Amino acid sequence: MSAIALGSIDDQADLGAFVTRGAEGVDEICFAVPDAYCAACIDTIETALRQTPGVMAARVNLSQRRVTIRYGADTELGALPTRITRSGYRNFPVDAAVDSGQDAALSELVRAMAVAGFAAGNIMLFSVSVWAGADESTRILFHWLSALLALPAIVYAGRPFFHSAWAALRVGHTNMDVPISIGVVLTTALSLFETITGGEQAYFDASTMLLFFLLAGRTLDHLMRKQARSAVDNLAHLSPRGAYQILDDGKRAFVRLADIVPGMRFVLRAGDRVPVDAIVVSDSGQIDMAMVNGESIPLSALPGVVLPAGAINLLGTIEISANKPSSESFLARMAAYVAAAEDTRTRYRRLADRAAQLYAPVVHLTAAATFVLWILLGVDWHTALLNAVAVLIITCPCAMALAVPIVHVVAAGRLFANGVVMRDGSALERMAAVRIAAFDKTGTLTRGKPRLVEQSPPDPTLRTIAARLAAQSNHPLSRAIAETNGTTTDARLDVTEIAGQGVETKIDGIYWRLGSAAFCAADDKGPDASSHVWLARNGQPVALFAFEDRLRSDAAPTIAAMHALHVPAHILSGDRESAVKSVATAIDAASWSASLAPEDKQAAIAALRAAHGAVLMVGDGINDAPALRAADVSIAPANAADIGRAAADFLLTNDRLTGVPFVLAMARRTDALVRQNLAFAMLYNAVVLPLAITGHVTPLVAAIAMSASSIIVVLNALRLRLGTGSADQPIRAEVTS
Amino acid sequence: MNGLIFLIPCAIGLGILALLGFFWALRSGQYDDLEGAAQRILLDDKPLSED
Repeated sequence: MSAIALGSIDDQADLGAFVTRGAEGVDEICFAVPDAYCAACIDTIETALRQTPGVMAARVNLSQRRVTIRYGADTELGALPTRITRSGYRNFPVDAAVDSGQDAALSELVRAMAVAGFAAGNIMLFSVSVWAGADESTRILFHWLSALLALPAIVYAGRPFFHSAWAALRVGHTNMDVPISIGVVLTTALSLFETITGGEQAYFDASTMLLFFLLAGRTLDHLMRKQARSAVDNLAHLSPRGAYQILDDGKRAFVRLADIVPGMRFVLRAGDRVPVDAIVVSDSGQIDMAMVNGESIPLSALPGVVLPAGAINLLGTIEISANKPSSESFLARMAAYVAAAEDTRTRYRRLADRAAQLYAPVVHLTAAATFVLWILLGVDWHTALLNAVAVLIITCPCAMALAVPIVHVVAAGRLFANGVVMRDGSALERMAAVRIAAFDKTGTLTRGKPRLVEQSPPDPTLRTIAARLAAQSNHPLSRAIAETNGTTTDARLDVTEIAGQGVETKIDGIYWRLGSAAFCAADDKGPDASSHVWLARNGQPVALFAFEDRLRSDAAPTIAAMHALHVPAHILSGDRESAVKSVATAIDAASWSASLAPEDKQAAIAALRAAHGAVLMVGDGINDAPALRAADVSIAPANAADIGRAAADFLLTNDRLTGVPFVLAMARRTDALVRQNLAFAMLYNAVVLPLAITGHVTPLVAAIAMSASSIIVVLNALRLRLGTGSADQPIRAEVTS
Repeated sequence: MNGLIFLIPCAIGLGILALLGFFWALRSGQYDDLEGAAQRILLDDKPLSED
C-alpha cells in the first residue's frame, strides 16, 4: 500500500512549489529519502544526482534523511526524483524552508548553553581560589570579575526560561520555569549586592551552573523533538493537493484542491487518491477502501459508483466527476471529527507541571518563613535575607526540572532505535496509564491485501486453470489467485478482460470465464459476495474462490504480549462482522466490535474508557483518525493515512506491530524512573532544606550539592538504556506479497 | 598579584576564543548532520581527476 502512496510524482508543476529560488539561476530543492541509513546510501544517492546534467551539488543529510540539491537553469526538474527512485530509494519533495525556522530555536539554545558553560567554567576558577581562602582584596577582585562574567551570561542564557516563565505568569499559570527564574534572579541580585558591599558570599557560580545544566537538558529535549518531527515529515504522503481536470477541449489542467467545484470532471490514474467525494463517469478501476472504511476487498469502480475522498485507485485510469467541494468531502468531515475530539489530550496535565505546581509554593513559602524566623530570632536583616536566598538556591529546581525531561529524552532515543517515533514526552506518561488497547483491523492487524482462503470444490485442476486466467489480469483478487500457482511454465493465455467483471478465454475448445458471480452466471447471495470469484466452464459456474485479508504474522504475538502486560485487546473495525470475528478468533483478542462508522469508533473508545480506564488506540485509516485522537494515547503504523498519522502520538516506522507492546513496556519503565527521579529530588530537598534554613549553606556546599543532585538524576535516567526487550524479538520473517 | 594581572586576562581570553570557535562551528553547519558525518568517513575519496 505504501509503495503506491509514496509513488513519485512526475509533474514539473507539482515540484515547482518546493523549489527555493536562489541568486544567479541556482535553485534549491529538498527531497526526503526515508530509507537512507548508511554511508553507501549517501554515496549512491549523491552520485546518481551529481551525474544528472545541470546539478551542481547534492548533499544527503542523514540525521534528517533528506537530500538537498542545487541545480542550474538547464536542469529538468522532473528528472531528479526519477534519478533517486532509480538508485533504489523512495523519495518525495519536502519544504526545506519550514524546517529551518525550527533550527533557529535550536541554535539559540545551543548558543545559550555555550555561553552559560563558558561563564560557569571561568567563574568556577575564581570561586575555587576564593573557597581555598584568598585574602580579602583578592576575594573582592574575584567577585567583581565573576560578576562581570556572570551578569551578561545570565541575561543571555536565561532568556529561554525568563520568556517561558513570564508567558506562564501572564496568563495566571505557573510552570517549572517560574521557580527557576525566581531562583536565578534572586541569587544573582544577592550576589551582586554582596560583591558591592564586599561581603563573603557570592553565588555567581551556582546560578550560571544551574543555567548550564538546565540548558543542556532542554537542548537534548529539543533535539529529540526535532528528530521525531523530521521523521514524521518524511513519512508525509503527498495528499492530493489537487487533481487533473478534463477541460472541454479534452486537454488536462491541474486544479488545486480548494478550487474544485462540484461538476468538474477529473482523470484518476492508478495510484492516485480520490481528491474530493466524486462519482465515476466512465471507464473502470479498482478502489482500495481500506483507509476509508476498513473494507479489505477492493471496490469495483464502475460508472455511477460514488467514491469518498482519500480512497486510492489501484488499477486503470478512470474519469470521475466531483460531487462536493473539498470543504464538504469525506476527508474534511474526518478532519472536523479529529478537531472536535482534541479534548482528551489537552485535559491531561504533565507530571512535571503538576510537580512544579506543588513545588513552587512550598519552596517560596519556606524561603519567606526562613526570613521571618531569623528576623524574629533577632539577627540583622542582611543575614536573614542571606539565609532565605540560600533556601532558594539550594532547593534549586535543577534536579526537579531535569528529572522528567531527561528520562523522556533517553526513552525517545531508545524507542527511535527500535523503529518507534515519539512525538511528545507526555505521550509516554499517558501510555503508562493504559488499561485497554483498541486495534483497528484492516491494515493494522491485517496486511490489507486479500488472500485466497477457500475453494469449493477443492479441485486442483480447476485452480490451475483459474490461476492461468488470473495471471493475465491485474485485479487484486486475480493476483491473489495467480499467486497460489507460483511460477509456471504454462503458455501465456490470450484472454479478453471485461472491466469490472472478469476475464474470458478459450482453452482446447472450452470457454472459461473467471470473475464476478453475475459474469459467471452464478447465484451468489451470500453475505460475503464481494470477496468471491467464480470460475465458469462453457457458461456453467464450476468453482467458487473465497478471499480474506491476510493477518500480519506478528499480530498474534503482539496481542499475546499485550495480555502479558495485563492490557486486553479489543478490535474496532468498520469491516463486516464475519471478517472481524475470524480475525478476533485467530489472534485471541479479548473482545471486538464490527461495522463501525468513524463516529461510532469514537463512541466505542469512550465506552471502553468508561469500562476499563485509559485507552490506547492503534490504527491506520482515515476512518480511524477521530478514534486515534479520542483515545488517551494512540499509535499509527508508518503506512497510515496522513490524517491518522497527524492524530497519533507514536509512529511505528518499521512496519512491525511488536512495537506496540515495546512502547507500552518502555512507557512503564520510563514512568517508574520518572517517579524515582522526582522522589530523589524531593528527598534531596528534604535533606538540604534544614541546612539552608539554619544558615549552613556556603557557596561551596551549594555548588557541590546542586551538581551532585543533577548528575544523579541524569545517571538514573541513563539506566533506561540498560536491559533488553527490543522490538526486534525473533519473529518469523514476513513474506510480503 | 602581578602574576594574576597577566594570567586572568589570558585565561578569560582563551575561554572567549574557544567560545567564538564554537559559535563559528555552529554557524558554518558543522553540527547539522552528526549522523551523516559519522558515516561519511567510511566513503572512499573521489579519485583526483587526471587533467
